[in-house]
Amino acid sequence: MFSYIIKRILMLIPVLIGVSILTFSLIHLIPGDPAKSMLGEKANEAQLEALRAEMGLNDPLYSQYGTYVAKILQGDLGESVQSKESIATEVADRLPATIELALFAMVLAIIVGVLAGVIAAVKQYSWFDNISMTGALFGVSMPIFWLGLMMIWLFSVQLNILPASGRLSNDIQLGLITNFYLIDSILTLNWPAFKDAFLHLLMPGIALGTIPMAIIARMTRSSMLEVMKQDYIRTANAKGLASYLVIFQHALKNAFLPVLTVIGLQFGLLLGGAVLTETIFSWPGIGRYVLNAVLGRDYPVVQSTILIIAAIFVIVNLVTDLLYKFFDPRIKYD
Amino acid sequence: MENNTPILEVKDLHTHFLTKTGAVKAVDGVSFDIKPGETLGIVGESGSGKSITAMSIMQLISPPGKIVQGEILFEGENLNNKTEKEMRKIRGKEISMIFQDPMTSLNPVFTIEKQMVETIRTHEAMNKKQAKQRAVELLDLVGIPDPEARLKNYPHEFSGGMRQRAMIAMALACNPKVLIADEPTTALDVTIQAQILELLAKLQKELGMAIIMITHDLGVVAEVCDRVMVMYAGKPVEFTDVLSLFDHAKHPYTWGLMHSIPKITDQKQKLEAIEGLPPDLRALPKGCSFAARCKHAMDSCFEVDPSFKQYQANHHVRCLLYENEENEKVVPS
Repeated sequence: MFSYIIKRILMLIPVLIGVSILTFSLIHLIPGDPAKSMLGEKANEAQLEALRAEMGLNDPLYSQYGTYVAKILQGDLGESVQSKESIATEVADRLPATIELALFAMVLAIIVGVLAGVIAAVKQYSWFDNISMTGALFGVSMPIFWLGLMMIWLFSVQLNILPASGRLSNDIQLGLITNFYLIDSILTLNWPAFKDAFLHLLMPGIALGTIPMAIIARMTRSSMLEVMKQDYIRTANAKGLASYLVIFQHALKNAFLPVLTVIGLQFGLLLGGAVLTETIFSWPGIGRYVLNAVLGRDYPVVQSTILIIAAIFVIVNLVTDLLYKFFDPRIKYD
Repeated sequence: MENNTPILEVKDLHTHFLTKTGAVKAVDGVSFDIKPGETLGIVGESGSGKSITAMSIMQLISPPGKIVQGEILFEGENLNNKTEKEMRKIRGKEISMIFQDPMTSLNPVFTIEKQMVETIRTHEAMNKKQAKQRAVELLDLVGIPDPEARLKNYPHEFSGGMRQRAMIAMALACNPKVLIADEPTTALDVTIQAQILELLAKLQKELGMAIIMITHDLGVVAEVCDRVMVMYAGKPVEFTDVLSLFDHAKHPYTWGLMHSIPKITDQKQKLEAIEGLPPDLRALPKGCSFAARCKHAMDSCFEVDPSFKQYQANHHVRCLLYENEENEKVVPS
């Protein structure tokens, strides 16, 4: 088990090298001159040339890549071309916001999705099954930006019950420890801030969680239907166990493996999907940061943040693989 | 101290599956009773209604299946009238069941301990420690060595025979009055089969429970049963004590089953199979259900559905060959 984890962590290295080469080449394939976008249209050729030389843009690509990798290995993510701030600091500010949003969305998706899937399977062909599975079909097909805008229109503009943007209202004070607002407000016992942060999370969380929720619900339903036919479920019933134990222990634990796979993959995708959600809800997270960097041709920011997201993706997958063992003791890690 | 009051009586049970293409009469008029300490065999091919009879007793028939007629009296009370909640108190405590395939009948993701302890604690007022102690005793009772350590194992860490032993231990956890064994040895290899049958016989002697042994294997019947009901196409076709069955079986279907057992003294190499297939239970043919496969069928067999007639004191048979006494001579040895 331990050697398996070590092996998997070592496998991060080739993945990250691959990702860094890919993002590095892709971003240089995008037309446009970063020097020009930084200095604006009015800059003259001499100014542009000076900036290009300063940023190393005139060097051959492999040399630029070499410099970039060498810096990263020294723990230096570089600094943003736009803000001149250290990327590491900027990411440390924004990453918790994204992770908090993604976790919130995922927890919501898992609770609602698994519950709906289980009930739909147990009451197959009932009205609940039909409605929830039609809902799930809408859920996977609905564009996030449309859902987000509709929610803002309804809950913020018309009903005025939920905040439309940001992580916290201006008039709320919160001492920051971890940069996860819900956790910080609990740690400082600041209940008004907790409520405010929670309300701010609600709409972006729902927008971001809808697609995984729908996929989890459908996967749980089909997996449960399969498991409910198994002999050991008949045994559990014949033993006289209460039906909630048969369904939520005996059946769900067996049915959860494929659902777990989906959760792992979807969690990785959420970090990418956050770009849209964060833009709509002005969420100060890493998704919006990347988007602004792409638009502003901020090469160092794009490269570093994509590398970080890729690393998180790989780690999430590792955690998923390790969790398999908890749900199915027959799984062996070599 | 033989007790002659039946613990379980099934009277004219009809369990049908109401499908879109018609009602499948999986169990169609089954009656029997069983006394404490007795072993009743139910024999028949796949699809003859043996397992559905068992599941009906447990009230575990799920839609589109339905018990449409009949009574299942356990200690005089009709189980058909029990609520789901009342049935859950009977299942696993008063009436237990073990199944054909111990590979798939135990939940693969829980330890044996968890699966045994939850059964015990569902029915008995015990704390975890007491329940675990009981589980250790039970595993010891069914002959699993080092039971305390074995409790920590998952089913996949047990061999097939051990799993069936664990299944039996689980079924006996609350000293049931009736144990339904649905093909308990079919999935096991021959030496293990004998061990499991011996174990069941020994436990029955010690605990005094009634056993309903569902099987398609007449060898198993000969070994453990007191009385036997042979089923075909959802109906009982012959019902007698085990000696009469092997001595002078009456129904041509029972003869067919017996002839399909290989005999060590037999010179013939080829076994006699019963030709043809069981009928479609949605559209049973007119007359006797077995007529189309029966070597002794008469013209009237395709017209008249025979009644389940008492032939001798302890011998019922459903066959037109015995509607008149003079037909008795057709019975082959």
